Amino acid sequence: MTATETTDTALRTVTLKVNGQNIRQEVEPRTLLAYALRDAGLKGTHVGCDTSSCGCCVVLIDGDTPAKSCTMFAVQAEGHEITTVEGLGSPGDLHPLQQAFWDQHGLQCGYCTPGMLMTAKAMLGHNPDPTDQEVREFLSGNLCRCTGYNNIVKAVQQAARVMRDEAQAQALAGMVPTPSTGTAEGGAQ
Amino acid sequence: MFPAAFDYIRAHSAEEALAALAQHGAEARILAGGQSLIPAMRLRLARPAVLVDLGGVKDLGYLHEEGGELRVGAMTRDVTLERNANVRARYSLLTDTGAVVADPVVRCLGTVVGSLCHSDPSGDWGAAALAARAVMVARSASGERLIPIDEFLVDSFQTSLEEGELAVEVRFPTPDGRTHGSYQKIERKVGDYATAAAAVQITLGEDGRVTHAGVALTAAGPRPVRVDAAEKLLLGQLLTEDVIRAASEEARAVSDPFADTRGSVEYKKDMARVLVARGLRASAARLGTGVTA
Ligand SMILES: Cc1cc2nc3c(=O)[nH]c(=O)nc-3n(C[C@H](O)[C@H](O)[C@H](O)COP(=O)(O)OP(=O)(O)OC[C@H]3O[C@@H](n4cnc5c(N)ncnc54)[C@H](O)[C@@H]3O)c2cc1C
Ligand code: FES
Ligand code: FES
Repeated sequence: MTATETTDTALRTVTLKVNGQNIRQEVEPRTLLAYALRDAGLKGTHVGCDTSSCGCCVVLIDGDTPAKSCTMFAVQAEGHEITTVEGLGSPGDLHPLQQAFWDQHGLQCGYCTPGMLMTAKAMLGHNPDPTDQEVREFLSGNLCRCTGYNNIVKAVQQAARVMRDEAQAQALAGMVPTPSTGTAEGGAQ
Repeated sequence: MFPAAFDYIRAHSAEEALAALAQHGAEARILAGGQSLIPAMRLRLARPAVLVDLGGVKDLGYLHEEGGELRVGAMTRDVTLERNANVRARYSLLTDTGAVVADPVVRCLGTVVGSLCHSDPSGDWGAAALAARAVMVARSASGERLIPIDEFLVDSFQTSLEEGELAVEVRFPTPDGRTHGSYQKIERKVGDYATAAAAVQITLGEDGRVTHAGVALTAAGPRPVRVDAAEKLLLGQLLTEDVIRAASEEARAVSDPFADTRGSVEYKKDMARVLVARGLRASAARLGTGVTA
């Protein structure tokens, strides 16, 4: 689109790439991303406060940028990759973060959980080995009215450990020669 | 709540954004990170008829040193400064400030230039920019002009940008080895606007005397407040406890806050004093003067 091409305030079609799938939707320019996602059936993105304060609506933009989707218009997201909590893992195949929230009782009512998971995912992407204080700071824009946060911090730390181990295992696997070219020193794991 | 209806234009270059601003005049507003504008629109405090989105203007998202200045493009997010090793090592005032603006998720989208254009007297970047003697670069169809931040921040939610002008960059003078600063803020909870806050930037000469002082306050008036009297008082002085005390008294005198749920006028004025003193001590400590923060 060029600058001279304006749109009117009526419905317009956007294509959102969410969790790897294209979703075509009719939205007004003023439609907030959180509502567009929920209208598309992705109810994991919660609207808690609608004042940009609680973080329940956090999704990832282009894989690594957490964004409060109540503070972004759907039209802004067009052309970007969006990851919602539905894209994190599935009931049979939980993401390490989801498993850790389960194991550590990192939730009670669960309302804040999708935003916590997505924000934590973003943090571990740039800081795979955070201190407890760093976890608390990065999650400070995500409010939880139930847990008291301690188990959330424990859960994020568990997930960080698991994800570091997985990354290390993958790196080592990459170093292991394939059987056809294998040598005696192979199998460093 | 949903914002009032508007037309949306996605610009792909500064030129496209300028063309859209020219076409729609006062009806149009720039959308940068949206972290102030969208909340204001949701509350219907802002009802622009046309939004010109800079989100697609990739070449305004830069951060580099040039000509003795740190140049921060209009689409450079707060988080980019926060994670930049050079900024962390040398721009102590900016690093302190960037760590207390809103919360980390908001800082992943919010921009420094957007915050300055918003010109909220409670916004943290305003006082930091005043103390650091920042300069804004405004572009229009007729070219670019440089606006010292003192002239840029006019009043609450009002800048000296003219209709059809786009802020493309903010420039912060590069500190040499003898310059450090500090941003001190009291907030009720993480991510809250300041109850009171102070920005300080100090340069010392070979003899340990102050050769440049920048002192400014957040949430202490209709716009960020530069504490001229403190700056003058500091010039040529050693940063002794007496000098620090005298300079910080000037902050109390000039601070003109309003009472709200964050505190009374008297409390906030006194906190301006306390925070300037802390900022001066922290800057002195960073400069290795032997003063302890
Ligand atoms: C929960 C929450 C807490 C917050 N807490 C704080 C806080 O503690 N301290 C603080 O300082 N801020 C705080 N903020 C505000 C916010 O962080 C900043 O004001 C924000 O980063 C502004 O940048 P932006 O890019 O999002 O601007 P936008 O919201 O996109 O724009 C703000 C204004 O500036 C104009 N504008 C933007 N860019 C340009 C440009 N290049 N040229 C001309 N005009 C332009 C827009 O038209 C608009 O009027 C908070 C926000 C939220 C949501
Ligand atoms: S619903 Fe988006 S931050 Fe609360
Ligand atoms: S688990 Fe209930 S709000 Fe966090």
